[in-house]
Amino acid sequence: MTPLSALLVREIRVATRIGGGALIGVLFFLTVVTLIPFAIGPDLTLLKRVGPAILWLGALLASLLTLDRLISADQEDGSLDLILMTDTPLAVTLAVKAFAHWLTTGLPLVIAAPILSLLLNLDLAAAMAVTLTLLAGTPGLTFTGLIGAALTLSLRRGGLLMSVLVLPLTIPTLIFGVASASAAIGGTPLGPPFAILCALTLIGAVIGPFAASWALRHGQE
Amino acid sequence: MAIINFANPARFLTFADRVLPWVAGAAVLVLAYGLYLVVGAPGDYQQGDTAKIMFIHVPSAWLAMMAWGVMSMAALGTLVWRHPLADVTAKAAVPIGAAFTLICLVTGSLWGRPMWGTYWVWDARLTSVLVLFLMYLGLAALWRAIEDPSRAARAAAILTLVGAVNLPIIKFSVEWWNTLHQPASVLRLGGSTIHPALLTPLLVMAAGFLLLFTTLLLAAMRNEIFRRRIRTLQMMKALGARG
Repeated sequence: MTPLSALLVREIRVATRIGGGALIGVLFFLTVVTLIPFAIGPDLTLLKRVGPAILWLGALLASLLTLDRLISADQEDGSLDLILMTDTPLAVTLAVKAFAHWLTTGLPLVIAAPILSLLLNLDLAAAMAVTLTLLAGTPGLTFTGLIGAALTLSLRRGGLLMSVLVLPLTIPTLIFGVASASAAIGGTPLGPPFAILCALTLIGAVIGPFAASWALRHGQE
Repeated sequence: MAIINFANPARFLTFADRVLPWVAGAAVLVLAYGLYLVVGAPGDYQQGDTAKIMFIHVPSAWLAMMAWGVMSMAALGTLVWRHPLADVTAKAAVPIGAAFTLICLVTGSLWGRPMWGTYWVWDARLTSVLVLFLMYLGLAALWRAIEDPSRAARAAAILTLVGAVNLPIIKFSVEWWNTLHQPASVLRLGGSTIHPALLTPLLVMAAGFLLLFTTLLLAAMRNEIFRRRIRTLQMMKALGARG
């Protein structure tokens, strides 16, 4: 087993065992979606219209809230120091960590999305469209969030600051995620918005690990 | 004098002391002349004198973006050369840039009330300036969150560069999302569409704002250096009291 695949397996194991809290994000997602009708009323036509936006916002917030464990757990038990000392480039290691984090927190959100769509009166095609856009967009959110997690690592109460720093950077993903979902629901094929959404995720996958590795290296001294 | 010579803060301080009164004086003169031109400029045939708020609105919007550019260059100086003055520049530019962004937002919404009938619309250019303002505030929060100045400088530098890459993407996305604001009319391909009678006061005001920015930045940098000296002295004193 190469070091990177070993790291991937370790991250998934740690996240799925007791104390990992991988599924709390999905629970948060469910709670947010449950709260929305209390705020805007149980009008099924309105919920159907704003449903994709609610699902996207819920997924955005849920993936943001799980980010604080992405690196800080490793710092607490000392394994971050070992990771920093290995020969593998730090950016690659961080990319693998972020991918594992997405597998354990982002992918469950994507899987939960069709079920939550039922609560929002979305039909099957719309539910599939939202799920597909979430599948393409949520990795980008995790990679962008990686930067915030690395920047606020050494702070005692970094969670709130991290949200403030990361949320503006996720605006493009949110715009094109909701836009491509709405386009698909409107009957037009997934066109340029979806392509741009995928591009944003890829850009995030390039910038995120590098910026985060600089932040960790420079923050260490 | 090469930029590396200013790595010595004392040398920068003498330079700043010598230059500041001249830059400040020039800023006052140019702004006064600009305001004189603005008063004499013709009002819009539909909007009347309300359109003159543009002479403050547009230069602050330019400076709001330029301040991020200055911070990005300073961020490179921090990360690549560990230039101590780059830290100071980046930190001093944050509140100034945020202030110009706020001026741009406030003047825009004051103009929007009589013209569009509402203080705020979710138009693309307004929204992207609002996002820029949020990012300035986030950056300021990051500066205040980390105690050690040089570590704070490096974290802020990384966020500044990430922002510099992301801001055009955000701007493009928001524009794609919704657009109502008039498109750029001064700096664009195919020449300016703005009439010279309005362009001259606008450019003079922009020069005045640029001088004002330089004055504020130099003064803020000087204050920041003093603040760091005080911090060091206090720490030495505390260390001496303990030992």
